[in-house]
Amino acid sequence: MDFLPYVVSAWLFGVGVVAMVTARNLISLIMALVVTQSSTYVLLLAIGYVTGAAPPIFASVPSSTPAVDPVVQALTLTDIVVEATVTALLLTFAVRAHQRFGTLDPRELRALRD
Amino acid sequence: MIALQVTILLVVAVAGAVAALIRQPKRQIVALNIYGLTLALLFFAFSAPDVALSELAVGGVVLPMIVLLALARVRRHER
Amino acid sequence: MTQRLRLVLLGTGLSTLLGLLLWGLHGVPPFGHYRGPYGQLVDTVGERERHVTNMVSAVNFDYRGFDTIGEEFILFVAGAGCAVVLRRQGDPAERTEPSGPLGATEATRTVALLGMAPLAVFGIYVVAHGHLTPGGGFQGGCITASAVVLVCLAGRCRTMRRIVPETLADLWDSAGAGGYVLVGLGGLAGGAAFLSNVLPLGTTGHLTSGGTMAVISLAIGLEVTGALLLIVTEFLNQLQRTPQEDA
Repeated sequence: MDFLPYVVSAWLFGVGVVAMVTARNLISLIMALVVTQSSTYVLLLAIGYVTGAAPPIFASVPSSTPAVDPVVQALTLTDIVVEATVTALLLTFAVRAHQRFGTLDPRELRALRD
Repeated sequence: MIALQVTILLVVAVAGAVAALIRQPKRQIVALNIYGLTLALLFFAFSAPDVALSELAVGGVVLPMIVLLALARVRRHER
Repeated sequence: MTQRLRLVLLGTGLSTLLGLLLWGLHGVPPFGHYRGPYGQLVDTVGERERHVTNMVSAVNFDYRGFDTIGEEFILFVAGAGCAVVLRRQGDPAERTEPSGPLGATEATRTVALLGMAPLAVFGIYVVAHGHLTPGGGFQGGCITASAVVLVCLAGRCRTMRRIVPETLADLWDSAGAGGYVLVGLGGLAGGAAFLSNVLPLGTTGHLTSGGTMAVISLAIGLEVTGALLLIVTEFLNQLQRTPQEDA
């Protein structure tokens, strides 16, 4: 069972990429991208975990209690908020593409360009 | 690994697959929201309360909000 | 490139990548046996060195504060990109508010009214106590922004636009981003390197501990709130009707 977090992370990545390539709607594609990005969060947190350890907050426990790795948590939490704003930027492109071409289907958008 | 973490990992895997593979955006938003909540539970089970708080605030509020606004905009132009 | 060829390419590429990924992950230490020294070092000396109790915020705002500036500017640029791409042409006075889709039911309005004020206070609390308990600028900024958006969910989008007009959200966004850089330059002015912690560190567990960490947390909270409200306002502007579209 020790490899389960890594398998789940790879599974989420694969499912997200398959959904992205076979998407029929740009907004559905962007939401599949969110799932793909979240696979990296699971992987990062799984790497930093210490069995039986407390969170790295020492507000009510002494500083010597074993705690998990705070560096990967710092990376992940800024990444989550940044992902939201980048998703907003991608959605504005999708909205503009719909306004310009009248369709949200990625395959038809490709054809209109030629 | 304790049983709680194994269970939540499996729930996250299923929820992620569902959230990615639904094709209609209006239903996919709800699935993505639920997926965000299960992810927050997973981060909590991994002793990461900061990350769980961040995922709750973003995946529960901000992401569905902007996707719904984009969908409303697209639907209004299709009319 | 036909759809079939695309799917074949996806199949080969993805299976190769996943095979390599699983082989690589096989060599990672088993789950729960963290070996890296940096994390354990921060956990052991962090509270003594920086007088704060939240190690994650200490890493974010102090030990790796330079990386956080990069992340914050990604956020800033994404917000600015949304504002630029969604810019409108024409006279803003002629636009009308959308009818229908943003109307609220009684239940939504009640929950939004009850939740607005506590959520705003909670967001500011999370931002201010970022270096003591789980929280920080990023999480608190999202919570405060959602408290403002609750006003729109209660059916009063025009009121939300009056409370936080686009220029105010823009101001918060820029003030947060600029404030972070100013704190870094303050480190230079204090005789140390860029972004060094030059303010007095205070006592552990107090609100004023951590030196520049509290100031950076406030700047980031301001910036995240401003950027998210700017994005929401831009999208809401898109839902307005212009006279040439009605004709």
